[in-house]
Amino acid sequence: MSTLLIIEQVLNGLQFGVMLFLMAAGLTLIFGVMGLINLAHGSLYMIGAFAAAAVAGATGSFVLALAAALAVAAIAGALIEITVIRRLYGKAHLDQVLATFALILIFSEGTRWLFGSFPLFLNIPDYLSGPVALPGGIQYPLYRLTLIAVGLLVGLGLWALIERTRIGIQIRAGENDREMIAALGVDIRLLYTLVFAIGAALAGLAGALVGAIQSVQVGMGEPVLILAFVVIVIGGIGSIKGAFIGALLVGLTDTLGGIFLPELFKLFMEPGAATQTGSALASMAIYILMSLVLIWRPTGLFGARA
Amino acid sequence: MIPERLLNWVVFAGLLAVPLWAIVADEPFTITLVTRAVILAIAAVGLNIALGIGGLVSLGHAVFFGLGGYAMGILAYHAQTYTSLDLFGLSLAGTKSMPIIWLVAVVVSALAAWVIGLLSLRTSGVYFIMITLAFGQMFYYFAISWSTYGGEDGLSIYVRNGFPGLNTLVPIQFFGLCFALLCIVLFLNARLQNAPFGLALNAARQVPTRVETVGLNPMRLKLVAFVISGAITGLAGALFADLNRFVSPTMFNWQLSGELIVLIIIGGVGRLYGPVVGACLFVALEHWLGALTEFWHVYLGLILLVIVLFARGGIIGLLTGKEGAHV
Repeated sequence: MSTLLIIEQVLNGLQFGVMLFLMAAGLTLIFGVMGLINLAHGSLYMIGAFAAAAVAGATGSFVLALAAALAVAAIAGALIEITVIRRLYGKAHLDQVLATFALILIFSEGTRWLFGSFPLFLNIPDYLSGPVALPGGIQYPLYRLTLIAVGLLVGLGLWALIERTRIGIQIRAGENDREMIAALGVDIRLLYTLVFAIGAALAGLAGALVGAIQSVQVGMGEPVLILAFVVIVIGGIGSIKGAFIGALLVGLTDTLGGIFLPELFKLFMEPGAATQTGSALASMAIYILMSLVLIWRPTGLFGARA
Repeated sequence: MIPERLLNWVVFAGLLAVPLWAIVADEPFTITLVTRAVILAIAAVGLNIALGIGGLVSLGHAVFFGLGGYAMGILAYHAQTYTSLDLFGLSLAGTKSMPIIWLVAVVVSALAAWVIGLLSLRTSGVYFIMITLAFGQMFYYFAISWSTYGGEDGLSIYVRNGFPGLNTLVPIQFFGLCFALLCIVLFLNARLQNAPFGLALNAARQVPTRVETVGLNPMRLKLVAFVISGAITGLAGALFADLNRFVSPTMFNWQLSGELIVLIIIGGVGRLYGPVVGACLFVALEHWLGALTEFWHVYLGLILLVIVLFARGGIIGLLTGKEGAHV
C-alpha cells in the first residue's frame, strides 16, 4: 500500500462523489421545493447520456454533445413535469412512486426501441484524454480530474443560484410556504417547471460525463439513482449542502472500501477468503454507512424535517 | 356495478377453473402461467399487509422474495451436491423437502424484515421508501459478489423439491400446492384485517398520534406488520424459485420490488383480492403483450400511469364502483 495508490483512490472516490452530487442535488432540490419523490431521475441521467452519445456520433464534438445532454434532459424534464409530474404534487408518496416508476418503464423501453439493446460508446475527446502529472509524481487521468473540477464548479454555481439570485430566493421561499409566494405574485407553476428542468439538466449532464468512462446503455440510470437516494438519506432530504457532503462520503466509502477492505481482511485471514469476504463487505459498505447515520440521526446529517 | 364479494368469488373460481380447463385441453404451459400468477399473488398479499393496512410503502420487498429464493436454492444445492452446509460451526445437511425449505424461508425473511424494519421504521414517508430501496440494493450486490452460491450466474436446481405424498414435477400438483398456500395466506390476511391487531394497525396508518394516546405503540404495530409481510413474501420467493428451479440475484432486483407494488395498485390497494387480481392481470399482460411486442413494458407503464392518475381504486375499484378501499 503506497501513498501514491491511496491518493489515486481518494481522487477516484472524489470523482465518483461529485458525479453522485449532480444527481443527488437535483433529487433533493425537487423534493425540497415540490415535496416529490422522483424515481424517474435515473431516466433523465440515461437520456442525457444517450443524447450526448448520439450528438457526439453525428458531429464528433464533445462540447456539443454535453450541450445536447443538458438541453435534451432539461426539455424532457420540463415535458414530463407539465404532462405528468404536475398532477402529483400534494398526492400520496405511493402515487408519486408509482407514476414515476411508470415513467421509468416508458423511458427505458422507449430508449431501447430507439437505440437498440446494445450499449453505445461516447469517447473522451483527445484534448482531455491521457494522464496528467500531479505534484508528488502521481499520474492521474486528465478526464477524471476534469470531472472533479466540473462537479465542483456546478456545485458552486448551484449554490450561487440559490443563495445569490432572485430565482434562488423564490425557490427557497417556495420550499417554506408555497401559498404565500403564490400570493405575492410569483408564478409558482412556472417556478416548479423550472426547478424540475434544472434538476433534470444536472442529471443529464452527469449521465453524459460518466457515459464517457462507462458505456451508455438502457438501465444505466437506476443504480446511480439508488446511490443518489442513499446520498440524500445520509445528507438529509432537501439540503443541497447535505447532498454534497453525503455524495463525497458515499463516493469515498465505496471506492476506498472496494480497495482496502480485502487488504484489511488479508491481515488476519487467508488471501482467498479475505478477498471474498472483503469484496462482499465492500459492496455493502455504503449501506452500512447509511444505517449508522440513520441510527445516529434519523433525518440525515443536515435534514431539518422528517 | 358488481358487489366486491361476488367479484372475489369470481376471481377465486377463475383461478381454479383455468388450470382445470388446461388439463382437459392438454396445455401444461397455461398451468405454469397460472402458477406463476398465484405465486406472485402470494408475494403481493404479503406486501399488501405492510402497504395496504400499515401504509408502509416498502420499495424493498424483493429482499424477502430473494431471501426465500436463496433459502430454497442453498438448501437444495447442498442436497443435490451431497455437501454439508457449514453455519456458525454447525454442519447441516441440505434438504429437498418443501415444508422444511418453506419454514427456513419464512424464518430467514422474518428475521431480515425485523432488522430492516427496526432501522427503516425510525423514519417515515420518503425516507422510508428510499431506505427500503437501498437495503434491497444492498442484498442485490451482496448476492452478486457471493461466489460460493453462483454469484451473478445464480444457482440451478435440477429436480424440483418434493412434498410428502405429491409428485411436484406434475404441473397441476405443484399448482395445487401453491393455490392451497394462497388460500391459507388470504384467509390469514382476512382474519388479520378484522382482528384487534389489524384494526390497530389500520388506525396507526391513519392517525398515529391517536393510537399512541390510547396506549398502543404505532412503531411496534408497524414493525410486526412488516415482519409478517416479509415472511409471506419470503415464502412466495421459495415457491417462485421452485417453479423456475433457478435462483439468481435478479430476485433481489429493485425492479421486482416496484412490480410487486404495481400488482397491488392494478388490483386495488388494501383490498383482500387486490393483489390476486393484479397478479393475474400482470401475468396475462406479460404473456399477451409480450407476444405482440418486445417493448410491452411501455404499455404496462402507460396503463399504470392511467390507473395512478385517474382510477385510484384499481381494477376492483372500477368494477365495484367504489374508489376507497377502506371501509
